[in-house]
Amino acid sequence: MAEPLPVVLVVEDEPQMRRFLRTALEQHGYRPVEAGTAREGLMQASGRNPDLILLDLGLPDGDGIDVARQIRARARTPIIVLSARGREPDKVAALDAGADDYLTKPFGIEELLARLRVALRHAARPEGANETVCAFGDVRVDLEKREVRRGRDAVHVTPTEYRILATLARHAGRVLTHRQLVREVWGAHAGDQTPSLRVHLNELRHKLERDPARPRYLTTEIGVGYRLRVD
Amino acid sequence: MSDRRPDPETLLARAREEERRAGRGHLKIFFGASPGVGKTYAMLEEARAKQRAGVDVLVGVVETHGRRETAALLDGLEVLPRRPLEYHGVTLEEFDLDAALQRRPGLILVDELAHTNAPGSRHTRRFQDVEELLAAGINVYTTLNVQHLESLNDVVAQIIQVKVRETVPDSILDEADELELADLSADDLLGRLREGKVYVPEQAAHALEQFFRKGNLIALRELALRRTAQRVDAQMRGYREEHGIREIWPAAERLLVCIGPNPAGARLVRAGKRMAASLQCDWLVVSVDLPGQAVSDADRAALAQNLHLAQELGAQTATLAGQDVAAEVLAYARSQNVTKIVVGKPTHSRWRDKLFGSTLDSLVRGSGDVEVYVISGDEAEPRPPGRPAGRHSPAREYGWAALVVALCTATGALVFRQLSVTDVAMVYLLGAGLVASRYGRGPSLAAVLLSIACFDFFFVPPYLTFAVTDLRYLLTFTVMLGIALVISGLTLRIRDQAESARERERRTGALYAMSRELAAAREQGDVLAIVARHLRTSFGTDAQVLLPDGAGRLALPPGAPASFPLDDKERSVAQWVFDRGRPAGRSTDTLPAAQGLYLPLVAASGTVGVLGVRPTGEAALDDPMALRLLEAFAGQAALALERALLAERAQREQVEVEAERLRTSLLSSLSHDLRTPLAAITGAAGSLLDEQAPLASGARRELLRAILEESQRMNRLIGNLLDMIRVESGALRTQKEWQPLEEPLGVALIRLGDRLKDRAVAVDLPADLPLVPVDSVLLEQVFVNLLENAIKYTPAGSPIDVSAVRDGAVVRVRIADRGPGIPPGETERIFEKFFRSAGAPPGGGVGLGLTICRGIITAHGGRIWAENRPDGGAAFQFTLPLAGPDIPPPPPLE
Repeated sequence: MAEPLPVVLVVEDEPQMRRFLRTALEQHGYRPVEAGTAREGLMQASGRNPDLILLDLGLPDGDGIDVARQIRARARTPIIVLSARGREPDKVAALDAGADDYLTKPFGIEELLARLRVALRHAARPEGANETVCAFGDVRVDLEKREVRRGRDAVHVTPTEYRILATLARHAGRVLTHRQLVREVWGAHAGDQTPSLRVHLNELRHKLERDPARPRYLTTEIGVGYRLRVD
Repeated sequence: MSDRRPDPETLLARAREEERRAGRGHLKIFFGASPGVGKTYAMLEEARAKQRAGVDVLVGVVETHGRRETAALLDGLEVLPRRPLEYHGVTLEEFDLDAALQRRPGLILVDELAHTNAPGSRHTRRFQDVEELLAAGINVYTTLNVQHLESLNDVVAQIIQVKVRETVPDSILDEADELELADLSADDLLGRLREGKVYVPEQAAHALEQFFRKGNLIALRELALRRTAQRVDAQMRGYREEHGIREIWPAAERLLVCIGPNPAGARLVRAGKRMAASLQCDWLVVSVDLPGQAVSDADRAALAQNLHLAQELGAQTATLAGQDVAAEVLAYARSQNVTKIVVGKPTHSRWRDKLFGSTLDSLVRGSGDVEVYVISGDEAEPRPPGRPAGRHSPAREYGWAALVVALCTATGALVFRQLSVTDVAMVYLLGAGLVASRYGRGPSLAAVLLSIACFDFFFVPPYLTFAVTDLRYLLTFTVMLGIALVISGLTLRIRDQAESARERERRTGALYAMSRELAAAREQGDVLAIVARHLRTSFGTDAQVLLPDGAGRLALPPGAPASFPLDDKERSVAQWVFDRGRPAGRSTDTLPAAQGLYLPLVAASGTVGVLGVRPTGEAALDDPMALRLLEAFAGQAALALERALLAERAQREQVEVEAERLRTSLLSSLSHDLRTPLAAITGAAGSLLDEQAPLASGARRELLRAILEESQRMNRLIGNLLDMIRVESGALRTQKEWQPLEEPLGVALIRLGDRLKDRAVAVDLPADLPLVPVDSVLLEQVFVNLLENAIKYTPAGSPIDVSAVRDGAVVRVRIADRGPGIPPGETERIFEKFFRSAGAPPGGGVGLGLTICRGIITAHGGRIWAENRPDGGAAFQFTLPLAGPDIPPPPPLE
């Protein structure tokens, strides 16, 4: 064994859901560790030192958002929260509390694996070390040169648009809440710039997407935020 | 008489009687010939015995009249406190019926059954109190003197020379379960009286003179004994009937009493009762209604009252209609196996019989083996004074009469030269006739006398004197007088008839008008309004209908304005009427102190409500005609109300049936929609797990894909159901944020991804489309549902157009397809819950998608509708307001 299998802690109270995740994770080269309650989850999180945590938000003995906050207070272990549709405010709260991404139940195995990969990749990167180039479709964003190209042509983007795009690119594949984006782009004390953010993002789509009505890369996570899909 | 009463009839009557008595209290009457014979004493003694035997005895009211022995018997018995009643500044103490009903003793003593209650009591008479106690299942002991019995009323009046006003219906005595006679010989009674044991001494002497004469006492004692004997006899007969002992039955007699529309009938009825009682037979009282016969209101009222009296005395009553009184009566008598007919002596003069034929004569002639008794029917009570016939002031009428005579004289003077004196007399006759036809008896008589005087003075020689030389003229005068009187009498009668016919016509018309309007009324509220309006126009009264709530408590129907205030007292009167189904309040015997008159609205299914009427003018309801008409109104109102209630119930049931149908169809459709994917999943998963028959990898993939797709389908369905529940339960909270429409639409298009891949979806959002304040999650759902609908209902590959425009203060979004369009008449229904168009493809949704859309758009303050495109296909449009009370203006964009 050259490299130990990444340990994934599954905090989920539904046995069937745990069974599905266990099987899927084992099959795809992860080592699952299971917890059925928030308490157990917190213990396992510090005791087993997992590489990633899958955290269900609807636990019987505690608020999943709290669990995420407590874990994040002690470690940088990536957390992916699992939640049902229609609970968008919970997801936003969890993400703002430190979770890295989310999955809406029911989800497919491919979606799960993609999220795991993105989260682990971001975690593996040493802090501060950013990729210099982010490519998606025929678009290349050069974060050093602060340049955006579509095919061979340079695309003119406004400074704000660029800041948004760069933030998304640095977190490529991961969801960013409106609040996270606004803070990155406008600063912590900018106030509610969400409508501006939406307008700028719409502009970016028109500039970078082939079909702005059905964006492939600059996607909206409805009720939560945005995600730059790079795969 | 060989016919015997058939057994079944008797048994039926008995069964009805038993049924009536079931649950009723037991009534025992201590009966006596006069005060002082010891009724109260006997009652108290027996009550004490009962109490010793463990019966819960309560003294409701007992008058001791200061007799020590009687008062002593009250010792140890519970006495109900009397109810003080304030009346004209005097405090009267009365039996407290409500307290008694509330206390519910096993046995209650209520002395002096014939007592008249003080004004302000619930009933005018104590026997009504007793009726109510019995109806409540309480046993009652009471006392009664013979002179208070209704049927003996006039006999007693003849004996003691005093008309006793406080009478009690015989039916109470007849229906009493027990009757005990307190008997004392006249000498003993007088002895007790002298010793002061009956009344307190200072009153005794006075009372002696008035009432306690030996002759009186003997006669009264005889009456009491006879009445008791009759009762015992009736009991014996009852016993025999019950036990089938029929041998010694007397031949069944049946007595029929004919009464007419006049007050004299009361006497006939009482006489009939006595005869029937002594013959121990059934008796009937009939009246014949002659069409075209003019009957005054007072007489009509008297007839109704007498028929009522007959019923109270135990007779069966009937009103016959026909042209020939005798023939009708005889036919009815035969049909009822009547053996004896009682009629009143004719009071009119003989010559009328000679002229028009005598009813009595034809009755006797046609009676065959039926015996006919003719008894005196002289008017026992004076006729109430009739209304004056004329309406004009008498002075003016007399003036007109004089003027007519003056004109006749003038005309006579003109023609006298040419014609004979008899022709002049004719002119005067014409004048007298004219006056009689227009004015009352007085003016016509005056006109006749004046005419004769003028005729004599001007036209009969010697002229210009009143002297008459030729005696033949005296005959002329007499004839003139006679003819004028006949004419005036006839015309007056015609006018009276016309008057009363007009009045009847007016009231019948009023009733008819109301019935016609009620027939068209469907809603309870309409019925109530119509009734109130007609009562106001026909009677000049405020009217109000009270309806029971679920618990039987009367209340004003919701939304109905109170036309007169109802305090607790009035309300309790109305409640009493509703509970008992009998009228009460003003102008009745029960609770007459109430401000309003309350009539039960009795329909086929029972009492449906109470009609409260309060006269606005002066005592407009005391006229019996008006009361009867009011009852007719109440009857109509009750029927209409019942119909409205039934219609409402039917409608409610219809709605329930509809809801039930919907529930059933929802359940079946839901269970189908949920089970179908589950069945597919279960089947596929089972096959995959089956190790006996390993599957080829292609087949495995196929099954796995089925599992995945069916799961997704179920997920969508459950999502819809959850959304629906949120919309329905009002839990739909919109979190609006200003955003471009592209975002939710884009997410929807991506979410539908594969299912839209063979479609050309044209999105036309103008670049200058403003930001819209929406809840993106909900709006995305709207887009998804509308697009899914388009996918489901249009042929594969057909295009879908999505567009939005700003339209004043709203943004209008349109999703249009090129499918078959919406079936006519369904553009609105498709938004209904669980509505599925007839052309819906199999495997479609449960019919919630559009309902959810409407819920969401409505929550945004917008509107959603569907229409067909003129060039084919359906278009769904919705608006989203750009401003609203809950939407702050968009922040400035950076």
